[in-house]
Amino acid sequence: MLKRIYAIFRARNLEFVRDRSSMSWNIILPVVLMFGLSFIFGGADRAEYTVGVLQSGEELNKDQHPFLDTRYIRFVDINDEEAGFRRIARHQLDLLVQFAEPRRYWVNPDSRKGYFAELALLQSESTTTFGIEKAQISGDAVRYVDWVLPGILGMNMMFSCLFGVGYVVVRYRKNGFLKRLRATPLRAIEFVIAQVASRLLLIMLITSFVYVGTKYFLDTRMDGSYLALFLVAVVGAIALLSMGLLVAARVTSEELAGGLLNLFTWPMMLLSGVWFSLEDADPWVSQVANIFPLTHVLKSARAVMLDGATLIDVAPALISLLLLSILFLGLGAAMFRWRPN
Amino acid sequence: MIALEARKLVKQYPGVLAVNEVSFEVRAGICFGLLGPNGAGKTTTVEIMEGVTPATSGEVYYFGEPAGNKFREEAGIQFQNTALQDYLTVRETLEMFHSLYNRQADLEHIIRECSLEELVDRDNRKLSGGQRQRLFLAVALVNKPRLVFLDEPTTGLDPQARRNFWDLVNRIRSDGTTIILTTHYMDEAEILCDEIAIMDFGQIRTQGSPADLLRERYQNVIIELPLDDVSGDLQSIDHRILESQGVIQISTDDVNASLQKLVSHVSGLNRLKIRQPNLEDLFLDLTGHSLRA
Repeated sequence: MLKRIYAIFRARNLEFVRDRSSMSWNIILPVVLMFGLSFIFGGADRAEYTVGVLQSGEELNKDQHPFLDTRYIRFVDINDEEAGFRRIARHQLDLLVQFAEPRRYWVNPDSRKGYFAELALLQSESTTTFGIEKAQISGDAVRYVDWVLPGILGMNMMFSCLFGVGYVVVRYRKNGFLKRLRATPLRAIEFVIAQVASRLLLIMLITSFVYVGTKYFLDTRMDGSYLALFLVAVVGAIALLSMGLLVAARVTSEELAGGLLNLFTWPMMLLSGVWFSLEDADPWVSQVANIFPLTHVLKSARAVMLDGATLIDVAPALISLLLLSILFLGLGAAMFRWRPN
Repeated sequence: MIALEARKLVKQYPGVLAVNEVSFEVRAGICFGLLGPNGAGKTTTVEIMEGVTPATSGEVYYFGEPAGNKFREEAGIQFQNTALQDYLTVRETLEMFHSLYNRQADLEHIIRECSLEELVDRDNRKLSGGQRQRLFLAVALVNKPRLVFLDEPTTGLDPQARRNFWDLVNRIRSDGTTIILTTHYMDEAEILCDEIAIMDFGQIRTQGSPADLLRERYQNVIIELPLDDVSGDLQSIDHRILESQGVIQISTDDVNASLQKLVSHVSGLNRLKIRQPNLEDLFLDLTGHSLRA
């Protein structure tokens, strides 16, 4: 028995080692993830409070006010006053301060962390002679469950789109099913569209089912229209499906396909705002995140669900997603390979 | 009328010339056999003709026109190795392929013709080898093809299943459908094929009807004897030794005379066989190695 086990063990090892692309990928991915995560989340002690500093595009200068030297507070630049107010109302910022004239600060009276951040500001303020005016912005906190729901639905959609289509196409190619289809009048673009449509239907049914369930049991927030949210989900799913098909267009190894799909899914999961907001991350993180379809899907879904955004408000994001879909589908069909070799 | 014509087909892989300027014609309505050992280039040649493998150079003509959309619509193909979608029943699989064609056969007729009535609701994955081959053939027939490719359709089947499959192929041919069969079973080729081409090292070595090819080449009969039974020197008798099969072959037009010569050189004649030359002998003569090598 051991002899047979060893024979299979050895053969599998040889197969793996000789599939250089898959092996390289298995080494590269964890290294990239480790360095990437350490770069994004590493650094100084994590802050307890988040305070927005309202200024018009200037660099944050600690000489402006002794409050900016306070430990355990993370200060973020806020250039858009409306966005700052919205985040105070949602309890996403503990305090919003403007040190330029007229010197003011905004706090949400219902925010516990806002209360302590305000005390820290006034303590620092007492050491100066400037004087600062207080304003209040009320609003219920956006529960984490409300905020994270689009992220979870989007993540599920992403995995289903990329692996559900990409991986399956590679398997079809490897086992010869695509070759069989090649011998029929079926064209690549027809096959690709059929795959997208089939998975889209499935994904929309599942996503709708999960959304209705959470809405019913957790009474999740919905400030916008269901139609707008549905369109965001449909267009987002098409973009992600097209991406999956592009990845699978030529790959013949399931292991390489898995690696490549991870290459897309992991950065999206980390940088597209699935679990936490990246609004206060370095600008380069936001710029990188904007490359990913999932970022636009989640931003649009949250805008509809939490801010009551209309279809017109999210139209630019939807158009971007549609353009991306056309690009991915076109490239995928052009590069499509029917045979394993 | 010529149903299919291959003109100077070449397929060059890195370091391997798989198909080397292969040309031949297949008349409409016949069963044409492409024979050769594994690695001879017959599957590559057929896949070029089927349109699933691009040729390095050369052309394929279908009823006088370059093989294109019309060919895809009118040709049925049964691959040697293929997979179907999991979790689909036989009927669902047939319906799926049926829907890919404008030209459609009556599915119920195909199901009856391929003896799949009892299996239509069965999951593809739960079919035996012979049942799968019948399903693959049914898939190849869903578009009522004028031309059907059968790539080693009976490999791995038991003798009964092979014979049933031959009956099925004969019924298809009797409808006027042109069949291109690749096989390395000589009995299959002799029973089914009106015309054959023998390939080796990427080239056609000979082409014609099995009967004509054998008649042209052989007037003799063959005496076969196990090597173990030979005890003396056979230099006085014209013979050849097939080491791999452990036999000695003597080709002769005078069996009596040959046996008289042989009897003094062998330990016994109990295992001696006398037979007519067949396609395997023809191949051996043409290429110097066994068809199944």
